[in-house]
Amino acid sequence: MKILVAISKAPDTTSKISFTDGDTKFNEAGVQFIVNPYDEWYALVRALELKEANGGSVTTITVGGADADPIIRKALAIGADNAVRVDATPSDAYFVASQISEYAKDKEYDLVMTGKETIDYNGSQVGGLVAGMLDLPYLPNISKLDVAGTTATAEREIQGGEEVLETQLPLVLSASKGMAEQRIPNMRGIMAARAKKLEVIPAASGEALTEIIDYSLPPAKSAVKLIDPENAADLIELLHSEAKVI
Amino acid sequence: MTDRFEAHDYYLMDELLTEEQKLFRDSLRAWLKKDVSPIIEDYYERAAFPSQIIPGLGEYGCFGPYIPTEYGGAGLDQITYGLLMQELERVDSGVRSTSSVQSSLVMYPIWKYGSEEQKQKFLPKLATGEFIGCFGLTEPDHGSDPGSMVTNFKDMGDHYLLNGAKMWISNSPIADVAVVWAKNEAGRIHGILVEKGMEGFTAPEMHGKHSLRASITGELIFDNVKVPKENLLPGRSGLGAPLSCLDSARYGIAWGAIGSAMDCYDSALKYAKERIQFGKPIASFQLIQKKLAEMVTEITKAQLLTFRLGQLREEGRATTAQISMAKRNNVDMALKIAREARQIHGAMGITSEYSIMRHMANLESVITYEGTHDIHLLITGMDVTGIQAFS
Repeated sequence: MKILVAISKAPDTTSKISFTDGDTKFNEAGVQFIVNPYDEWYALVRALELKEANGGSVTTITVGGADADPIIRKALAIGADNAVRVDATPSDAYFVASQISEYAKDKEYDLVMTGKETIDYNGSQVGGLVAGMLDLPYLPNISKLDVAGTTATAEREIQGGEEVLETQLPLVLSASKGMAEQRIPNMRGIMAARAKKLEVIPAASGEALTEIIDYSLPPAKSAVKLIDPENAADLIELLHSEAKVI
Repeated sequence: MTDRFEAHDYYLMDELLTEEQKLFRDSLRAWLKKDVSPIIEDYYERAAFPSQIIPGLGEYGCFGPYIPTEYGGAGLDQITYGLLMQELERVDSGVRSTSSVQSSLVMYPIWKYGSEEQKQKFLPKLATGEFIGCFGLTEPDHGSDPGSMVTNFKDMGDHYLLNGAKMWISNSPIADVAVVWAKNEAGRIHGILVEKGMEGFTAPEMHGKHSLRASITGELIFDNVKVPKENLLPGRSGLGAPLSCLDSARYGIAWGAIGSAMDCYDSALKYAKERIQFGKPIASFQLIQKKLAEMVTEITKAQLLTFRLGQLREEGRATTAQISMAKRNNVDMALKIAREARQIHGAMGITSEYSIMRHMANLESVITYEGTHDIHLLITGMDVTGIQAFS
């Protein structure tokens, strides 16, 4: 099986979020970056399991600058065979999807996998756009994936239950929690990653269709007001004048 | 116990590390959080060694990472070795001790002073954890003064006959091979590899430790043990041979102690911000801030000292006295931080809900083993004055 996994860089979940340049840029100072967990824990690891069971290769693709190389090296240490970085700023989902599909279009991948979303912008668009651009079936939010021959069977959670989908390879899917267990790079993996190829290619033509105007943080949670049970009238007044619910 | 540890990199030390060094450190940290932090308190309380973590320690590079790849190591640099020791001790000094002994006191002398056959036979299995090793230098009556050891061996023609006893030996009850330092008939100290199962060789476990309870400690007793001649380490003799191993181990301890201190500080900082007294977090009070500010200052100083020592060691220029200074300073620093962190945690600090008291008790061993706090001060004193004040 020939598998392409899209890997992106995301801020660690414990990062403190702030903005610069008049709230038009995310402030990266002091932020630790990680492999987007949905890309790493689920998509990449399941891809490696499928390769281990069926043979083949796993390539990762990332759209980003050299600052993304550490997370790509980690993916190689986890077990990907080789990596490609499209040397461009990942400005929006359409641009990223254009780059991935442009790279993948003539390489006959059996599977193109992404995480169901990247934990910074949570767009959930790249997988679907890539499928559309490559004219392949798209299975979103998949929590279980099996492949027998050229038939893929996938499960995903839906409202009130699970849905089982079956389709033929090649296809594009996005991975959600449950598809695989985390693999931590071990000593041999990190050493092996040294010799693996990280190919940097220029961006293909393509444009961003959206532009970020500004960022803002969600409003801070307001403090709880405690009202003495004997002062029910105060509570009613606050519900009316402040909460405006009655 | 969920491991919520976050490293507070106050002086942006990470910028001094390579991406690969950080990947080794972060991978070990992730594995420890997943597989070791959740169980360590229980093993500590039961004074049991979690032997199931041995293969993982091998897999994540904690057994002789600087040993060349041809002998099963990873050929890594000294800073990476230090970072791994820091991560291990961040979780528990006993786990770090197991790894330090295997790496610096068993694999290091076999690599540096062993024959090619000895290297091939032992190093690959020690690197994976298939073999566990221990190091016998200290004796019941000879601790800070190892040169007065009485353990000895006689040349019997086709073998050596080993007699004596060693004490306070980490890993000894589970060891497959012991690197034992003993005197020949001329009184010269040599290293001998004593293997499990040799007749007359026993390694009883020592009990009743209030410290390093998750690490196994024992004796080594040699009662007319016949040791094949090919088990003598041929590369070096004299007290300098075991002391060079201690240099490597103490270097690892200097990093490890920073790990304990980082864990105590991180826990204290979180607790101080969450614990409300007099209507506000205790982190609002000046005396708590003084403790936290002094902790992060001392940790940062130790990080800088130790990183530079790592550079010198990587270049082969670190002296024994420089290593003594770092070991002594950092363990003392960590022990003081553990005590201050315990106070910030109030009564909770004495419970197994937090790692503080365990670190503090562990560090009482660490400040004594591998050269006591006082002896290291005298090594610095000797280095700067040129006058030996031990005896």
